Amino acid sequence: MGMAYRNPLNRALAILAGVLLLSSCAGRQSVLDPAGIDALSVYDLARVMFIGAIVLWLMVGALFIYATRIRPQEMPRRTAEMVIIGGGLVFPVLLLSGLLVYSLPMMGAQRVADDGMRVHVTAEQWWWRVEYELPGGERIVSANELRLPVGARTGLVLNAKKVIHSFWVPALGGKTDMIPGRETFMSLAPERPGVYRGQCAEFCGASHALMAFETVAMAPQDFAVWLAAEAGDAVPPATPQAIRGARVFAREGCGACHAIRGTAAIGQVGPDLTHIGTRASLAAGTLGTTPEDFARWLGHAEDIKPEVAMPTYDYLSPADLAALVTYLKGLT
Amino acid sequence: MNEREHLPVATGPYPPTEEMLAVPVSQEEQERGKAELRAAWKTPEGWRYFSAVNNTEVGVWYCLTAFAFMLIAGLLALAIRVQLAFPDNTFLDADRFNQFFTMHGSAMMFLFAVPMFEAISILLLPAFCGARDMPFPRLSAFGYWCFLIGGCFVLGSLIFDAGPKAGWFMYPPLATKEEGIGPDVWLLGLSFIEVASIAAAVELIVGSLKCRPPGMRVNIMPLYAWYVMVVGGMILFAFPPLIAGDFLFELERSFDWPFFDPTRGGDPVLWQHLFWIFGHPEVYIVFLPSIAIAAMIVPTVAQRPIVGYSWIVLSAVGTGFLSFGLWVHHMFTTGLPQLSLGFFSAASEAVVIPTGIQLFAFVATLMVGRVKMSLPMLWIAGALAIFVAGGLTGVMLAIVPFNWQVHDTYFIVAHLHYTLFGGMVFPVIAGVYYFYPFFRKKLLSETLGRWAFWLIFTGFNVTFLPMHLTGLRGMPRRIFTYPESAGWGTLNMISTVGAFVIAAGFAVFVYDLLRSKKNQPQIPRNPWGAGTLEFSHDVPDEAWGVRSIPHVTSRYPLWEQDKIVERMDAGRYYLPDARDHQRETIVTSVIDAKPVYVQRVTGPAWITLWAAGFTGGAFIFPTFHMYAPAIVCGAFAIVCVLYWLWTATARPPKDQMRDVGLGLRLPTYASGPDSVGWWAVWITMLGDATAYASLVFGFFFYWTARPDFPPEGAAHPTGLWVACAAAALFLTWALTVTAREVNRRGGVALARGALLVAMAAAAGGAASLAASVTALDPTTHVYPAIMWALMVWVVVHVGAGVIMLGYCLAGSLFGKLTSLYDADLQNVTLFWHFLVLEALVTAAVLGLVPGWLA
Repeated sequence: MGMAYRNPLNRALAILAGVLLLSSCAGRQSVLDPAGIDALSVYDLARVMFIGAIVLWLMVGALFIYATRIRPQEMPRRTAEMVIIGGGLVFPVLLLSGLLVYSLPMMGAQRVADDGMRVHVTAEQWWWRVEYELPGGERIVSANELRLPVGARTGLVLNAKKVIHSFWVPALGGKTDMIPGRETFMSLAPERPGVYRGQCAEFCGASHALMAFETVAMAPQDFAVWLAAEAGDAVPPATPQAIRGARVFAREGCGACHAIRGTAAIGQVGPDLTHIGTRASLAAGTLGTTPEDFARWLGHAEDIKPEVAMPTYDYLSPADLAALVTYLKGLT
Repeated sequence: MNEREHLPVATGPYPPTEEMLAVPVSQEEQERGKAELRAAWKTPEGWRYFSAVNNTEVGVWYCLTAFAFMLIAGLLALAIRVQLAFPDNTFLDADRFNQFFTMHGSAMMFLFAVPMFEAISILLLPAFCGARDMPFPRLSAFGYWCFLIGGCFVLGSLIFDAGPKAGWFMYPPLATKEEGIGPDVWLLGLSFIEVASIAAAVELIVGSLKCRPPGMRVNIMPLYAWYVMVVGGMILFAFPPLIAGDFLFELERSFDWPFFDPTRGGDPVLWQHLFWIFGHPEVYIVFLPSIAIAAMIVPTVAQRPIVGYSWIVLSAVGTGFLSFGLWVHHMFTTGLPQLSLGFFSAASEAVVIPTGIQLFAFVATLMVGRVKMSLPMLWIAGALAIFVAGGLTGVMLAIVPFNWQVHDTYFIVAHLHYTLFGGMVFPVIAGVYYFYPFFRKKLLSETLGRWAFWLIFTGFNVTFLPMHLTGLRGMPRRIFTYPESAGWGTLNMISTVGAFVIAAGFAVFVYDLLRSKKNQPQIPRNPWGAGTLEFSHDVPDEAWGVRSIPHVTSRYPLWEQDKIVERMDAGRYYLPDARDHQRETIVTSVIDAKPVYVQRVTGPAWITLWAAGFTGGAFIFPTFHMYAPAIVCGAFAIVCVLYWLWTATARPPKDQMRDVGLGLRLPTYASGPDSVGWWAVWITMLGDATAYASLVFGFFFYWTARPDFPPEGAAHPTGLWVACAAAALFLTWALTVTAREVNRRGGVALARGALLVAMAAAAGGAASLAASVTALDPTTHVYPAIMWALMVWVVVHVGAGVIMLGYCLAGSLFGKLTSLYDADLQNVTLFWHFLVLEALVTAAVLGLVPGWLA
């Protein structure tokens, strides 16, 4: 990105690397499709290293073939020792020193403090508690989705409840572990608006595979609008169907675990549902958000996500279930 | 006191001259020697075969068992690949998938990679060194039986759906909180095997230090022996931190002592440090022996001595040291300070240098010779291609910002399999093809070998090359499923297909290995034209190892020492017979390999199997919280080991001297630093001290990393009791040293008295140390818990020390230990040197540190 390849050799190498890397950029969870400052600089670094590695591998292979197949006569031992010193000592020292000098300063740039907002992300088994800290220190609670303004660097304060997890949005930057009893910190600076998938990268138990989230990078003004909406209480149910759903929610005791601001539901065990109707996924990036997805999740949580704490409400009557889905989908 | 008596020393001409070696041995003499050796080294037959302890038998069992465990772990990998072939697949559920990947990694590392090195070394090291056997054959057998029992136990847990499922790295709090017995199976089963691994490492180090043939100075010993020493040393310093970690971990799981629980002052990151201080050297423990195999094959293929012998030795030693300074690169994402990340990044890159030197030395050797692409060399070539690729991705991974992106993704899966296949699997298979004629006197099939190579090589690259991309496209490790929208389906399908091609290659290899070769002719003695001693082996096979132990003066004696094989066969060299019908081998000095004494080598026995069985019980019962049977088993294991030591080691000899041939007479008993037993104790205690140091590291880690250490108003150990313990254990040590000195000067009665008082003082010391912490409740906080852990460690050691003192006392009373033959007491004193240090450090931590903290 942004590098010019004037030299024909460079261009050839870039094409070679391109075959490996660029052709396969697809994916919202890809290191190869960077959309943040941190991911971009690592992408450039990776490209340099891949080209170097391929060239070195070919050189070693060529030397081996030369030594075993082509070489016309035996080499004197003295010369052979120079091969050892040159190839094993001098060359790697020069090359690796260069690589370290080039790459290590990037490390600092990747973990600089935020200049904008701070978001507290706490990993649970297997979902993400997300709290946006306002300048006054007040926190807006959300879950399983991270929204970031483009063009600013947002700080992420990372914690874990019971076991170790790791926070990772490949398109925006590297990962940082979330360790119980130790707060860790990283920051992200998205450059391009879009929706990028993040996923837990440290094995965290049965449903480790099903602990993802969407990261929505938004234009600053859009973000401000969204945050103001997110800070508000839940929309009260308006239709009879939704009102019935709210009653089912209360009757089944959902509020013991989940909070819906502006209602009696104040549970803190599970994800906050105040604006669940606006989110892009259910069950931490596992399902979509169609009414069918809601119904599947409510009726078959354990089948979809092994060992999940959410009970399975397969005994609800179809009408109750449909009403509950309508209520939840309406929480925008 | 009497005038001090001395053990006799070697007498006679040494080194032998060409004239001495040119004298022929009479036919009659040759036949007598052969008959005696054959009788002494006879392998037991029928069901008694399994009482064998000879390195050639135990080594083969060990290799086959490790290989079988690898195949099982490979089948688990196939199941994993099937599950991941499609998005949203349901072939394995999450629970089973997690058990399978955990066991795949654990088994490949603990049941295959490390034991395979020890197995191959037990099988080959004596042959490289022209020795009859390993110095402690029964220890090898004991280690093997422990390995078999432990391996079956750990793998067997899968059959009952009770396997560990928190990953081979067992990170707490996930693994400490996991329900069921899975983590206990992992911790106790593998600790059991680690103990056996350390035992084998001790034996291998002593074997390469003290059991080389006369004349084989360190600078001409086969490179393999150098690697054995380096890797043995690494095992000795790498496994103990893990064992210490296992100890803390199991205390948390069984008794709720909160070492890794942050709500009570613990810290999960301590486990990560202890695990990776083990885990990174482990990588080189696996890799270096394979390089060692290559170092034996390459000169043969080139038909030239290795180029850069000294460079290789220095690099191997350098890799060994460096590997202990890299562990943090497994923890780059844990939020450590950037300064330390930078340091560990540079250190990780530095390891390229010794590795590169070793690889280029092989290429250089090929350049000075004429290469014939034999089957073993084909596998080495494949290894080079794969390993270099793995090394290059390793260079990338050591770069911190890049690591932050790809850590814990399939990029790592690709990288580690490239290093392990290239740096372990391929060289080991090359070794199988190369050494098969040595231990089976037949050749493996050239055609099948090429089929196996191309299938495994192609399958490997089809499986793992795409994984680099899978990882870069965001697929994390250890996920049992992924959605179709992730776009990883095609890449995963390719990997799965490749995995089955690898499996097909292994099927061909296994068939070739196991098919009947009855109708195949026996090989000529040195089919590859090698220059090292192992290919002086007897065809047809003889159990004696080597007909006579040669005097070696060059690195490639079969190339450079005229008539050496002929003279070995004729029994011209040392120990050409077994006059007392006992197994013997020559022990030499560490640097110059001058003959020092003749070591009596132990023969077939069932006691090793019994000891291993009871030791297994002591480790396995606690898995099910059955502590009473565990203690009974532990007691029986101790009894078995004592019986074995008493009946077979350091017995006063019938004759003080033995005529070993060529006019040389050697003593038949040694004690102190001359003896192999003393070296074994020394080396074992280095490992023990490392484990202890890891516990102390834990204490200081909490102190520096946790603000609530010690917590407000915590109870501290009672200073007076701690002081009593320190004084009593110091007294024990002083009395033990006194007993040794007095005994040596003939004051047998006084020495017995000192030993008796020492035992009492030790018991008192242990009791005082235990009393000092009784007011602390180890379940409330990590501060009392670590105090208790240190106390338990020392008390258990003192228990062992008391048994040892009692053993010496009994030896003195029953004539096994005299003022002249005092090896047992020398060794026990050495044990107490280490133990008193551990006891005093513990006393300082328990008694003094609380004062500083307050």
